[in-house]
Amino acid sequence: MKHRLDVRYLLCPMPVIRTQDAVSKLAAGERLEVVCTDPGALNDVPAWCRINGHTVLESREQGGEIIILIEVGHGDA
Amino acid sequence: MARQHKAVALVSGGLDSMLAAKLMLEQGIHVEGINFYTGFCVEGHTHAIRNKDRNRPKRNNALWVAEQLGIRLHIVDVIEEYKDIVINPRHGYGANLNPCLDCKGFMVRKAREWMEQKGFDFIVTGEVIGQRPMSQRRDTMPVVARESGALDRLLRPLCAKLLPPTLPEREGWVDRERLCDFSGRNRKPQMQLAARFGIEDYAQPAGGCCFLTDANYSQRLGDLWRSRGQRRYELDDIMLLKVGRHLRPRPHFKLIIGRDEGENNFLQGYARRFTHLHATDITGPLVLCDGVLNEEDLDLAARITARFGKGRDRERVTVAVNEVSGRRRELAVRPLAADDIPGEWYL
Repeated sequence: MKHRLDVRYLLCPMPVIRTQDAVSKLAAGERLEVVCTDPGALNDVPAWCRINGHTVLESREQGGEIIILIEVGHGDA
Repeated sequence: MARQHKAVALVSGGLDSMLAAKLMLEQGIHVEGINFYTGFCVEGHTHAIRNKDRNRPKRNNALWVAEQLGIRLHIVDVIEEYKDIVINPRHGYGANLNPCLDCKGFMVRKAREWMEQKGFDFIVTGEVIGQRPMSQRRDTMPVVARESGALDRLLRPLCAKLLPPTLPEREGWVDRERLCDFSGRNRKPQMQLAARFGIEDYAQPAGGCCFLTDANYSQRLGDLWRSRGQRRYELDDIMLLKVGRHLRPRPHFKLIIGRDEGENNFLQGYARRFTHLHATDITGPLVLCDGVLNEEDLDLAARITARFGKGRDRERVTVAVNEVSGRRRELAVRPLAADDIPGEWYL
């Protein structure tokens, strides 16, 4: 199941914090699409995922927005 | 087999907290990092809003440090709770609106709560005696331990040998002899320790991690409180204080003026909440109006908008005024001359 998190116009680390909060409510294998505008999220969200055992399936920029698709891992972050 | 003890390390993204956590890892302690976001943290990304800063690395240093150390990092939003620290610091402010001692006590207290909730054993910080005029003095370090409730479960590995032994040392969870005796503002011991660990890349030494230590930022925050007649703020307020030129031409309104395309793009995210202005026929700033402006004020705001655009030398510039209601109109104005903007308008 894919969920969507809108964190447009928030500056890092808020997109990471909101991602962290959203992921904590999801089960392993579920997917979260994070939509943001701070270019820093392109580094920070994947870094947070690597540290905490989640997988970034895709990240792309589209019309001034950054879209990062995450698959939730088995960590308890 | 002995149980592996667990420490939660305050990770700011700077070198000291990185070294403190590394010293614990070297002793076989399970370490997880915690980082608190107050809203005042200086992030590379905040700077990266501006065009000229686009080449800076866009990384969150705390996350980067955690990845280098191979530890997990928990970033905690403390924006709401932190307001009381900024507005009513028990121990007062430093040189600006920086409540450093209250801040340290607050963060260690939050770490202590996290430690208790997660079943960890102790807290680690990168504090060094004498490094900070307020929060890292020999006489204030016990205040942090006491007021946070962490007491002797608070270990400062970089200067532990200069302090009374803490619980982890007394119990033999960590070997005190392998901890450090750093003091003062000299950074060489930290750099030597970093070299010993093979750490070559790290954020510039601490001191610039909080906007509240910045004189100009504190001046803007003080102005915000004065203009509202009360000491309060929301996250958007303190984010906007980081961006653009801030001019207060009249006591009842302030203008936030984008300095380049990057800042204009950032301010655009807030535009629908403010009356905002921009020139229609030339390149120029996006200007947010904070306050209630009458027609005369709007004319002045439009002239200032024209002043900071490419049309400053023109006889007339057309400026669009976009109200929160959605109403849009255009004003043809003469750009204000540089001499007509008193220095005291700048915040």
